[in-house]
Amino acid sequence: MEEYKKAILEYVIKEYMEDDEDEEITYDTELISGGIVDSFSMVSLKRFLENKYDIQIPDADASPEAFDSVDKIAALVDRFKQA
Amino acid sequence: MAYSNDVRDGFSKELDGIREAGLFKEERWIKSPQAADIEVEFPAGAEGKKVINFCANNYLGLSNHPDVVEAARIGLGTRGYGLSSVRFICGTQDIHGHLEHRLTEFLGTEDTLLFPSCMDANAGVFEALLGDQDIMIADRLVHASIVDGMRLCKAMRDTYKHSNMEHLEEKLRDHQDKRIRLIITDGVFSMDGDLAKLDEIVALAEKYDAMVFVDDSHASGFIGKTGRGTHEHCGVLGQIDIITTTLGKALGGASGGCVSGRKELVELCRQRARPYLFSNTVAPVIVSGAIKVLDLVSATTERRDKLEWNTKFWRDGLEKMGLDIKAGDSPIVPVMLYNAKLAQDMARDLYEEGIYVVGFFFPVVAKGQARIRTQLSAAHDQHHLEKGLEAFAKVADKYGILGKSKKEIKEIFGL
Repeated sequence: MEEYKKAILEYVIKEYMEDDEDEEITYDTELISGGIVDSFSMVSLKRFLENKYDIQIPDADASPEAFDSVDKIAALVDRFKQA
Repeated sequence: MAYSNDVRDGFSKELDGIREAGLFKEERWIKSPQAADIEVEFPAGAEGKKVINFCANNYLGLSNHPDVVEAARIGLGTRGYGLSSVRFICGTQDIHGHLEHRLTEFLGTEDTLLFPSCMDANAGVFEALLGDQDIMIADRLVHASIVDGMRLCKAMRDTYKHSNMEHLEEKLRDHQDKRIRLIITDGVFSMDGDLAKLDEIVALAEKYDAMVFVDDSHASGFIGKTGRGTHEHCGVLGQIDIITTTLGKALGGASGGCVSGRKELVELCRQRARPYLFSNTVAPVIVSGAIKVLDLVSATTERRDKLEWNTKFWRDGLEKMGLDIKAGDSPIVPVMLYNAKLAQDMARDLYEEGIYVVGFFFPVVAKGQARIRTQLSAAHDQHHLEKGLEAFAKVADKYGILGKSKKEIKEIFGL
């Protein structure tokens, strides 16, 4: 799980943070409700997870709630890896 | 379901929630035509107050130009008040065709189709042109109407960091398997006032076989040497596949918008774009006024030149007094305050000083990016600008932010 979190956090920072951003992102930072990731930009996050972990996340599971923090995303990845 | 007390309470609570979050929007009644000097009744029932307007999109000062008003009056007399029809049934007059032709010439495109607004143009254009084999790649700061239009379209969506060409290139590379790649951007970004790097975007589109869409609503009429828009400023006239823009800002300020660009794409919008097909034609009075606006902006660059001078004077003045503004050349000049309450408080105090501006904060802009957005107009004379600068200096001094950096403002007021 920790490995997932590390990789996801790294991707989120690279993909969504501006270079001059001074906000710090941690595993429990609210990504969607905190306005860091918008619903359109979730698409690239979903594609990243599917490619990196060789999983398929149905749209119904890729909800803003499920993607709202690195912790939650890692739990989602874990669930699909176990399935 | 009857509108029971329970249902009423439910909606009332939603409104309370908006108020508690500090997001409740109140209209201010203006009792004069749109201009640099306006009379405002606020709060409702209060005596009218004379203020200088620094928040209109009246960039060229044409919203109440006597020639435009007269042309609208003539249109009203010769073509009537309304047409009671959508365009394709019996809502197209000769003047609609003339205006579309004039817009095509002005924007340097192949064809143009009028919409009731640019919001409608953006709502209809993507769905009319793209399908599920295609990809829309949008700048992350595009206008809300584009976001809505993209939602209505079946094509896949992706975004790139604001004006970040490396990130856009990465996305274009990622999506080479799609049938059509459409890069989507504003020409001038409405909240930051910066210009899209259209020359670089067009070069990337060439390299990665993509099309380019630009919403030039905050540019048409005044950006570029002859005011044709961001594509003129960036030296890519004739190379933008789809431009949407509005008649509701610099170009007269009434209402109406358009899709302009490659003739096949415009024709497809005429056949399929739902806001065009299912909403009423643009009223003759507006069409006649807009044709006159194009006469005026095509005859001389005097107004856009004055706007350019005003913009420089205003930006220099704010910078010299030590306010933190977003860099750029456009007449949208955001004064960065970062803290939402500070933005609201300062806007309120400026209004008391006779300066009408509005504070913007999350969710309209990103968290921690609250600001007062000021907008210049060719209708402003130097004395308007001087009074505005004087008021900003007084109010900013009251809050102790003159000469303070972003970090210092954040330390004093938090986010």
